[in-house]
Amino acid sequence: MAAYDADSSAGGDLAYDPNFVPDSVKTFVVHLYRQIRDKNVYEIHQMYEGSFNRLTDRMFRESPWPTAEAVAPYVDGDHVFCLLYREMWFRHVYARLTPTPKQRVESWDNYCSLFGVVLHGVVNMQLPNQWLWDMVDEFVYQFQSYCQYRAKLKNKTEEELQLLRNFDQAWNVYGVLNYLQALVEKSNIIQILEREKEGLEQFTVDNGYDYQGGSNVLKMLGYYSMIGLLRVHCLLGDYRTGLKCMAPIDLSQQGVYTNVIGSHISTIYHYGFANLMLRRYGDAIREFNKMLLYILKYKQYHQKSPQYDQILKKNEQMYALLAVCLSLCPQQKLVDENVSTQLKEKYNDKMTKMQRYDDEASTVYDELFSYGCPKFITPSAPVLDEPLTNYNQEAYRLQLKMFLFEVKQQQLLAGIRSFLKIYSTITVTKLAQFMDVDEATLRTILMTYKHKMHSTDNDGKIVSNADIDFYVDDDTVHVVEAKPTKRFGDYFLRQILKFEEMISELEKVQLD
Amino acid sequence: MAKEAQQQVSYTVEELVAVNPYNPDILADLENYVNEQVSSQKYSLDANLCLLRLYQCEPERMSPPIVARILIKALMAMPAQDFSLCLFLIPEQVQSEEQFKTLIVLSHYLETARFRLFWDEVAKNRSLLESVPGFQQAIEAYAVHVLSLTYQKVPRAVLAEAINKEGLALDQFLEYHVANSGWAIEKSQGRSQLIVLPPNEFNHPELKKNASDSVSYEHVTRIFPVLS
Repeated sequence: MAAYDADSSAGGDLAYDPNFVPDSVKTFVVHLYRQIRDKNVYEIHQMYEGSFNRLTDRMFRESPWPTAEAVAPYVDGDHVFCLLYREMWFRHVYARLTPTPKQRVESWDNYCSLFGVVLHGVVNMQLPNQWLWDMVDEFVYQFQSYCQYRAKLKNKTEEELQLLRNFDQAWNVYGVLNYLQALVEKSNIIQILEREKEGLEQFTVDNGYDYQGGSNVLKMLGYYSMIGLLRVHCLLGDYRTGLKCMAPIDLSQQGVYTNVIGSHISTIYHYGFANLMLRRYGDAIREFNKMLLYILKYKQYHQKSPQYDQILKKNEQMYALLAVCLSLCPQQKLVDENVSTQLKEKYNDKMTKMQRYDDEASTVYDELFSYGCPKFITPSAPVLDEPLTNYNQEAYRLQLKMFLFEVKQQQLLAGIRSFLKIYSTITVTKLAQFMDVDEATLRTILMTYKHKMHSTDNDGKIVSNADIDFYVDDDTVHVVEAKPTKRFGDYFLRQILKFEEMISELEKVQLD
Repeated sequence: MAKEAQQQVSYTVEELVAVNPYNPDILADLENYVNEQVSSQKYSLDANLCLLRLYQCEPERMSPPIVARILIKALMAMPAQDFSLCLFLIPEQVQSEEQFKTLIVLSHYLETARFRLFWDEVAKNRSLLESVPGFQQAIEAYAVHVLSLTYQKVPRAVLAEAINKEGLALDQFLEYHVANSGWAIEKSQGRSQLIVLPPNEFNHPELKKNASDSVSYEHVTRIFPVLS
């Protein structure tokens, strides 16, 4: 199996012997295996995050780890351990090296085996949530990477094309979606979250871990697969279904999804992006704001983490998307001061340009959207006859085109907003004169504003996103400033619970 | 396989979409369901998105007439954004075919409230649109919706253009809504009629509940242990 081709495209390190196991690796796998068997989640986490990365930095910067077959003898040949080890093995290749086409396919096989074992319900381990999140995240990432890879047909060798022909089932979209769906279903996670609302489950309180001697693996893979499904659907351009997959998770509260920063960011990023495409700018702005504030406060604690670069990248992407949302739907009161300052620093000029809605604006929208959007994919299998082209950009071009079309439709609204800010009442005739259009066109513009500034939520209710609103009485426009929405109710609830917590803490203090 | 097919018949299409959506075998069922939606004036966005996703994965199996029907049904769902949701899943080459270009133009006119242009274009494409019963009424409902967001009192001429009715047909339309939807008719300074639309939170800002401050029941239950 996993034979590392010494003369493959990955710049073959001829000194690498896949079967040589250095002593430090021996010690590592033996200890890891023992900790997994003893279910010491904390130790497993230390080894997974700490030791593995330290060993990689020291010995495996430019070559893969020893193969699973080579380490198997040190772990009693444990089948499941080898699957886990192999998953880490491939993840390392993707992160530090370039996977060969064969390795891509072999990784798919490994995931199939690993998920197969988990779905059979025979896994009895407790693994750290970080690890389980990384598995799902990597699974979707490798799928995305493979779709990009096989859509670039132009410079492929005959050997590579043959591989694509022979392994046409590898990373096929139905397989990926069905595995994620199966994990969600088999884990019963949706029912668990429902029952938790009625106080019948401790899932969130226990952070998904099982303190009764059971296993958290299937449950947590199921939980994280919901986020995985959101991500895959965004990559395909099906935003509504993506959001539906995430519906069981309540984003207005802390939850298991916030405990691993990678899953927190991925959730909010994709949720926000989907809402942007659904024109629910208010929801997108709210969530991006919360996430960006969180990262601002806590990113220093993650500086040493291997995910730091990813965190920073997503941070920048969300600022770009936030700039876009606020240009399409100006809202003074939804963005925190600190986030707003950062946003102005990065994008003040660009936001001014975007709100002018001219041709230059279009270029800026294009730029920011392209920077902030996910790497869309074409799910269909490649057509492997001549002529061979690269079509990996097609999906992205379609989404971009649709987005810019929407921006163009909102172009009409640029002028209107500035006038609505100045006048409290104005006749249709006068306003039409100021805007240099005829009355009929102005009425059209007024209706477009209303339509675009009101979105439909999942239950079909109409929600206003407008900061400045108006109504028309025959031929007079009456302007209405939107009331500031102070959320007193929510604030008081949170403070009550916080104080309750503090009081009980104080009560525990014993004075001598 | 035969046994499976038998079992599948006992599931409704909605159930299939909910339980097993990533399954190329249900493609034919979904296509039949589109036709059923058209003939019986039902609508299911989720089932249609499911079908468009399957077409995305297997472009050789895509059926342009079915896609056209899905898009027309989506247009009829306005102000909901279903039309663009569907377009996100349809490749560019397909979108550039004549009938789809027409539908995209129609959507554009509706999105920008250019009702005059919209109805003119509809008149030029009768055959395409008449195949879907209920189209006219659905667009009229959308037009009324946009007018209700915008106007407290709308001039007769503006309404007429939006719903493409004149003279007797318009009068009948007004009569129906006065009787059933709370509309009223006023005279406006010697000119034509003014239609008074029922008040809602969008055309009467004082009616706007500060909805964002209402707290859901679930959240209130969180402090019950404290209160007791």
